[in-house]
Amino acid sequence: MAYVIEMLDITKSFPGVRANDGVTVQVEQGTIHALLGENGAGKSTLMSILFGLYQPDSGIIKVRGKAVRIANPNTANALGIGMVHQHFKLVHNFTVTENIILGLEPRAGLVIDRKGAARRVRELSDLYGLKVDPEARIEDISVGMQQRVEILKMLYRDAEILIFDEPTAVLTPQEIHELMGIMRRLVKEGKTILLITHKLKEIKAAADACTVLRRGRLIGTVPVAETSEQRMAEMMVGREVSFHVEKGDSRPGKVLLQVDRLNVRNPKGLLGVKDLSLEVRAGEILGICGIDGNGQTELVQAITGLAAVESGRILLDGEDIAGRSIKDRAQRGVGHIPEDRHKHGLILDFRLDENFVVHAYDREPFSRLGVLDFGRIRAHAERLIQEFDVRCGQGGATPARAMSGGNQQKAIVAREIDRSPEVLVVAQPTRGLDVGAIEYIHKRIVAERDKGKAILLVSMELDEILDVSDRIAVIYGGEIVGVVDAAATDENELGLMMAGCRTPAGREH
Amino acid sequence: MKHARSAILVPLAVILLGFALGAAVLVATGRSPVDMFYAMLQSVSGKNLRAGTFNPRYIGEFIVQSMPIMLTGLSVGFAFRTGLFNIGAEGQLMVGSIAAVAVGLWVQAPPVVHVVLVLAAAMLAGGIWGAIPGFLKARFNVHEVVVTIMLNYVALYLNNWAIVDIFKSVDRIKTEVIPETALLKSAALAGMTNGSRLNWGFVPVLLSILVYWFVIEKTTFGFSLRAVGFNKDGARFAGMKVNRNIVSSMIIAGAFAGLAGAVITVGTFSFGRALPAAEGYGFDGIAVALVGGNAAIGVLLSGLLFGMLKAAQPLMQSQGIPKEIASIIQASIVLFIAMKYGIEYLMRKLRFHKPAGAPEEVEP
Repeated sequence: MAYVIEMLDITKSFPGVRANDGVTVQVEQGTIHALLGENGAGKSTLMSILFGLYQPDSGIIKVRGKAVRIANPNTANALGIGMVHQHFKLVHNFTVTENIILGLEPRAGLVIDRKGAARRVRELSDLYGLKVDPEARIEDISVGMQQRVEILKMLYRDAEILIFDEPTAVLTPQEIHELMGIMRRLVKEGKTILLITHKLKEIKAAADACTVLRRGRLIGTVPVAETSEQRMAEMMVGREVSFHVEKGDSRPGKVLLQVDRLNVRNPKGLLGVKDLSLEVRAGEILGICGIDGNGQTELVQAITGLAAVESGRILLDGEDIAGRSIKDRAQRGVGHIPEDRHKHGLILDFRLDENFVVHAYDREPFSRLGVLDFGRIRAHAERLIQEFDVRCGQGGATPARAMSGGNQQKAIVAREIDRSPEVLVVAQPTRGLDVGAIEYIHKRIVAERDKGKAILLVSMELDEILDVSDRIAVIYGGEIVGVVDAAATDENELGLMMAGCRTPAGREH
Repeated sequence: MKHARSAILVPLAVILLGFALGAAVLVATGRSPVDMFYAMLQSVSGKNLRAGTFNPRYIGEFIVQSMPIMLTGLSVGFAFRTGLFNIGAEGQLMVGSIAAVAVGLWVQAPPVVHVVLVLAAAMLAGGIWGAIPGFLKARFNVHEVVVTIMLNYVALYLNNWAIVDIFKSVDRIKTEVIPETALLKSAALAGMTNGSRLNWGFVPVLLSILVYWFVIEKTTFGFSLRAVGFNKDGARFAGMKVNRNIVSSMIIAGAFAGLAGAVITVGTFSFGRALPAAEGYGFDGIAVALVGGNAAIGVLLSGLLFGMLKAAQPLMQSQGIPKEIASIIQASIVLFIAMKYGIEYLMRKLRFHKPAGAPEEVEP
């Protein structure tokens, strides 16, 4: 079988770090080849080299058997290599067609041949089953559709080798499923796909071969059909990992958080949360599951005070906090691991130790009479870094921006758990993290439950909801369509409810 | 630390580039850049290297030029630390000056007390002038750049109206002389510097730099200001009062600029002045803050640099060098600072290649 891409003995160093150390990847024509590794394992570096964004220090790249030097993305494009970036590069107020032809506009006389271009886009879309409307504006279409526009962009440029960089991170379960179908279709039509991911399930579902990297080194390439997820995870992490969250039965106590007929408007002024009621008891984890954009964000922001409450009550241990300030709620014991760790969770330009005290900087022991006590702030940081195994180059002095995503999240988890609130609101705690970090964070959340805290877990990942929660509330259109026992439900039932079907008869809890 | 090193190296490179460009312009127009450097040296040291004479008056004037722009630099820098762009230091300075004239002329008090009252009034007035854009930003999300620019004109005409109609200027240019008790003037300082306008103004200036450093770096208030400046959403998430911080920050920024107005009016001069146009202290302040990296010590040093450029202008002219060269240097320094990232990049390419830490975290 002919290799369409060969990256042989690639080494690439950055100051202080060897991102790729003698890595070899060989990709067969017409297959989906996965590149698996934890954050920082060197996957993205390797693909950036293939796409011409970096030059390797040593090693050979062969495309279709011929050694090439890929100086920049234009060379890569000329060789038929295209990349779907994790963050899409689209002009929002342009149409799909306009975005696709951007940079190589076809002309009819002096003007752009829009009609011809749209026709070509439609043909490509039909050929690969993408179902994209060439005339739609980017701002009006879903994230999943935008991704397909990115795919079309490459196809329009006659790319034969498609690199997907963590393509499912932004998609709903349904969209992920569809994307897998599209990828298979692309391969059937003769394209070759390189899939960067750390999600084993997707590899199992779509890929033919899988190359595993760990800390910049090649661990091995395995045929996916003959390798278990467990085995691949072990190769990736370097030790045994458990997918299943180890936890005992919950022992629910009194109701610590009660939401009563809550209405919240979203930024568009519509009701994002409608007449929603729920309760979370001490010592239990209530999972909120639903498709993105069904009111989860508004619910979380209303509870933590980031969004104003239209009507209804939020009772913390019996006391209504709906009208209280964010600070007041935090001090009364509402902890919050936010969905967007860069926007809300951290001040990226602050040091790690400063980030640990953003809630408590104005109180003893971290300050007295308005003057900060940096000795205590540093000591506090050292303790949290130790206790929560936050890896950072320069201890508390590390700028938050310089830390990896997993460690940034660990730092937030450390801070919020350490503030020891009675109620912990956790939103998308493991988005974009690797297996090792996910395992750790799940363990800590369960440990907090066992200490008697009430935990509200919001996640788009069904597996996470099923594994970690004790009870599961399904949210649809801003309303809770049903609450089920985590042990007594499955993906199918939840999937139906997420689509808006009420709890099946007789299953009401 | 790497960060600290580049925080010093880059401004130094920028300043060198600015001077190099100024020198190049001189060479291109057939004049000697050596003369320019002599003039600058003389303005700082008082020594005329060619003639071998020494006149300390130049040193005094150099410090006098540096003082107000350090304060407007602090003003711009303080707002910037909270993520606000204070273009209004000029206007805040002018209302500070009006307040200084008012308290100087109308209030009677013993020597030291009177000066302190004058300075306090100027800071208060500047603070109020800064509070207006702060409030509009916090309450209605009106952009502070627009408001502060407009308030600069309001302050200019308010000043001119006040000089003529409130303080009854006889010649319509300046007020009567403010009583001795309200002035920062010092016969001793002037005597030491051969009759320069050097005055006690450097005391409040140095105190301001100290206060700036302490508030920004050491206090909880500074902590929350910096948090808001870096990430408004993150600060709000942590329970900080973002809007209150915006207003507080603009008030303090205004107070620094207001103080500059007093230092000019009762220090450099001893009367209020009607002005045909803004004198550019506010814009100098932006340059000072930018080059100084919005840090207290940086503002002190870059304030001296720009003060020197201002003070050297008459000397340059006397040696046949157009004084506009100083403006060209100043402008190009600001321009190069705006190209900071490019310069950092170039320095890395040119063998300053030091490990800049781990590679940037590639988004997972």
